[in-house]
This record gives sequence, structure tokens and C-alpha cells, in this order.
Amino acid sequence: MLQLEHLRKVFDRGKATEVIAVNDVSLTLEAGSYTVLIGANGSGKSTLLNLIAGSMMADRGRITLGERAIHRLPDYRRTPWIARVFQNPLLGTAASLSILDNFRMAALRGTRKSLKLGTGAAFRELVSGRIATLGMGLENKLNQPMGTLSGGQRQALTLLMTIMSGVDILLLDEPTAALDPRSAREILEIADRIIKEHRLTALLVTHNIHEALRYGDRLVQMESGRIIRDYRSRDKARLDHAEVISWFDYY
Amino acid sequence: MDFYLAAVIQALCFGPLVMGLFLSMKVFNIPDITTDGSYTLGAVLTAVALSGGHSLGYGLALSMLGGAAAGCCTALIHTRLRIHALLAGILVMTALYSVNLVLLGRSNMPLLGYPNLFTWFSVFASEDYNALIILLLIVGALLAVMSYLLHSDFGIAMRATGDSELMIRAQGVNTQRMKVYGLAIANALVAGSGSLMAQFQGFADINMGIGIVISGLGAVIIGDTLIQTLKVRSVAVSLGCVVVGVLIFQSLLAVALGAGVDANLLKLTTALLVLAIVAVPRAGAFLQLNRR
Repeated sequence: MLQLEHLRKVFDRGKATEVIAVNDVSLTLEAGSYTVLIGANGSGKSTLLNLIAGSMMADRGRITLGERAIHRLPDYRRTPWIARVFQNPLLGTAASLSILDNFRMAALRGTRKSLKLGTGAAFRELVSGRIATLGMGLENKLNQPMGTLSGGQRQALTLLMTIMSGVDILLLDEPTAALDPRSAREILEIADRIIKEHRLTALLVTHNIHEALRYGDRLVQMESGRIIRDYRSRDKARLDHAEVISWFDYY
Repeated sequence: MDFYLAAVIQALCFGPLVMGLFLSMKVFNIPDITTDGSYTLGAVLTAVALSGGHSLGYGLALSMLGGAAAGCCTALIHTRLRIHALLAGILVMTALYSVNLVLLGRSNMPLLGYPNLFTWFSVFASEDYNALIILLLIVGALLAVMSYLLHSDFGIAMRATGDSELMIRAQGVNTQRMKVYGLAIANALVAGSGSLMAQFQGFADINMGIGIVISGLGAVIIGDTLIQTLKVRSVAVSLGCVVVGVLIFQSLLAVALGAGVDANLLKLTTALLVLAIVAVPRAGAFLQLNRR
């Protein structure tokens, strides 16, 4: 269970450009839940995600994961529990490294990278088996550099990399924003499958209303750094496209 | 022939240096200018150790540790104070000049009376062939160690740090610490080169490091061109290409000197040679563009 308590983050404090990006947000994500977070640009969704991942530190508030307070840890020390897929498909993988090397790093997420040679036959077989589940034909190209693959393929591999080690929380930051509609659908289907199979607690940020309604069991809307709407499973299922669109027509 | 053999021997002395530069410039993508200072530091520490009556192994270890410390300084200034790597390197390099002068106590120290790697081991009658074999063994061993390092889990994390910092932080790697390790290893290798060179030429000089980063860079760029044209993917072979690069670079310099270029113009020749090496692939692209 991931608990956010009274999180607050202000940019450019005291200057004319001061922005309260996240304003006293409290949110509890139950273990195994799949929450979709929507909101207009600048509403604080990405900042909230960054606060959870540790790329940014909150000015105020607590983040607890189970019994453990994690809000003071830097991003690289939260990785044993939290995995993340970025909006830009090129950011989640290292382009000049081979697919195998990328997966090796993912498998060691949150543990020490020692002087052992870890990319031997056994590991290769494990990765090959996992990649075969994507049905993209990449399982025989493990030595190919990541940079030679398409954005959709890289995003799919990034997703798969998140479950190479036992994480609890999966953060999806507009993972399909840079992809074509078909790749986008594939990525979200893969994510859905992974989340269910591994009983992950997931948080998906998206601008796509269709995606927001189709996936997840909870829908949360942010506006000006605050959570203004929160629909649970049955209430979410009753929402329709037009109604959600109308949430954004406040001008 | 002896002239060219000397060039090859000199190139092999630069072997650790170019591997270090490959690590900092290509693997970590950090333009590390500390090199000029840490190279001299390596030579100076070896000279100080030998003249103080210590063993050769002690001198070599001291040199490499000194280089590693210099690399740590640059990396810490760069990562902790968020100063551009280039400036951090220049600062440490400048400071090292005084450090070297104080350590050596004078601007030049001959090492002729002391034992060195090349006299310590003799199989062939000719000194040059002896030196060649020893250097080949050293460079070969270093190649093996560095390839192993870059293929290990730690090495993959190092390569990922230079490639995509965001990605590898998301895999739980402290990239700041990784850069400190990387520059420490790179500068330890550079200092190792300085130590080898001091032993080979028989003296340590306070100015021997000036412009060394450019010579090394020229070799790395030749190596990189080889890597691109041969489409090398393995890191071990890439390292090998860089060592071949330094051999080519020093041979080209030797050819220029053999053709009658004034020895006073050595640095100018080096700079022009590096310029040519950088410019040739670009000129090629330019010509192709015209053809279309």
C-alpha cells in the first residue's frame, strides 16, 4: 500500500513565477490497485509522479510504502520497490547497450552491480523467454543495441524490464503519448497483463480519455495541484466518454 | 627502423592512457582534461618513489593511486558542486602542476641509475625488443582486465551511466558515485602511462604532460573511426581498436618527423594531425552530400 500524506511541492518559491505544483495532496493506493490519473497540462500529475519516484523531493508531506517512510530517499534508492516507465520511449532504455545488457541492469534494480559477469547463458535464456511473450520477434536479437529498435518496441521492453526484479509499484507516465495508436494499445495491453499477473500497484498518467476509461479500477482527476475527482471501481465503470470530456470544459 | 620501433614503443606506453581516455570520453561522455596533470603526476610519483629507495612495484602503485585521487577530485567537483566537467578538469590539472612541482622538488629528475620495468626483465639482447615485449604484455593484460570490467555488471552500469543517466538511476544506480569511480579508474590508467613513459625515457619532467590529452584524443578518434567502419559492437574489441588507434597515431607522427618536420613543431604537427583525423570523416560526408 502506497500512502501519500499532505504532499506539497512549490517551484520558484518567492519569485513572480512561483507555482504550487502539488498542493496538499493525500492519496492512498491500495496494494494491487490500478489507478488512472488524468488532468490538464500543468495540473501537477507529472510532479506528483516525480515525487513518488523520488526524482523530486516534496517540500512537505510524507510518503509511506507499507510501513516504510520513503520520502527522504533519493530516486535510485527507491528502485527496489518502485519502477517507472517514462513518456519518452527513448528514456527508459540505454540506446548504445544491447537488449541483454539493459535487462541485466533491470534484473539488478535495487541491488549492487558487482564485478561478476552476469549475462551468461542462463540469464540469456531467462530474458529470451520473457521477451518471447511480447510476440515481437525480439527474442533472437538480444545482442542488438536498444537504439536500433522502434519507440514502440523500446517502450514494450521498458515495461518488461520493470518486472525483472520484484517491484511493488509501477508508475506509468503517459507511456503511450509518443506512440502510434496501435503501438499505444499494445503497450497498455502488455501493462495490463503485467499488472494483473504480478499483482502490482499501478499508477497510470494519461491524457487519453479512452485509455482512462478502459484501464484501471480507479480514476482520479487533478486540477491546480489538487485532487478534485476520485471515482472507485463501480462508479468509474459507470462513467462515459462525454462526461469525462466535460470535466475539462471549465472555461 | 629503430626510429619507427621507438614510435611503436612510445605508442604502447600511451596504451593505458588511451584506454583511460576511452573510458572517460567515450564510455562516460565526460571530456576529462585532468589527463594532462595526472599523466605528469604518474611520472613524478614514480620518480619520487624510485629516488626515495622504494621498489618499482611501490612506485607504480603509488602513481596509479595518485592518478585515481586526481580523477576523484575532478569527478567530485563536477558532480557535487555541479561544475562543468571541462572546467573541473582544468582546475584540477592546473592545481596538479604545483603539486607535481612540489613533489618532484625541481622541474626535471633523471632516473637513469634506478631499476625500471625495462631493465628488470630482459630476454632479448636488444633493449628495444625487450621494451616492446614487456609493453605488449602490460597492454595486453590491461586490455583483458578492462574488457572484463566493462562486461561485468558493474561495467554495464558504467556504460549505462554515460548513455542514459535517467534510465540507470531508475535501475537503482547512484550515477554520481559511478562517475567518481569512472574518472578514478580513467586517471589511474593515465598516471600508469606517465609512470611507464618516465621509466622508458629515463626521466620525469614537470612539462611532459602538456598537450598529452590531445595525443590521446587523436588516438581515441582514430579508434572510434575504426569502431564505426568495422561496426564493432563488443566493448572488448572497441578497446582493442583504440589501442590500434594510438599505434596508428604515433606512427603517423613518426612519419611526419621522419619526413623532416622540425622537432620544435611537434605539438603543432600533433594538433594538425588530430584536426585532420577529425575533419576527414566530416569532409567525406560533405562530399557525399554534394554528390546527391
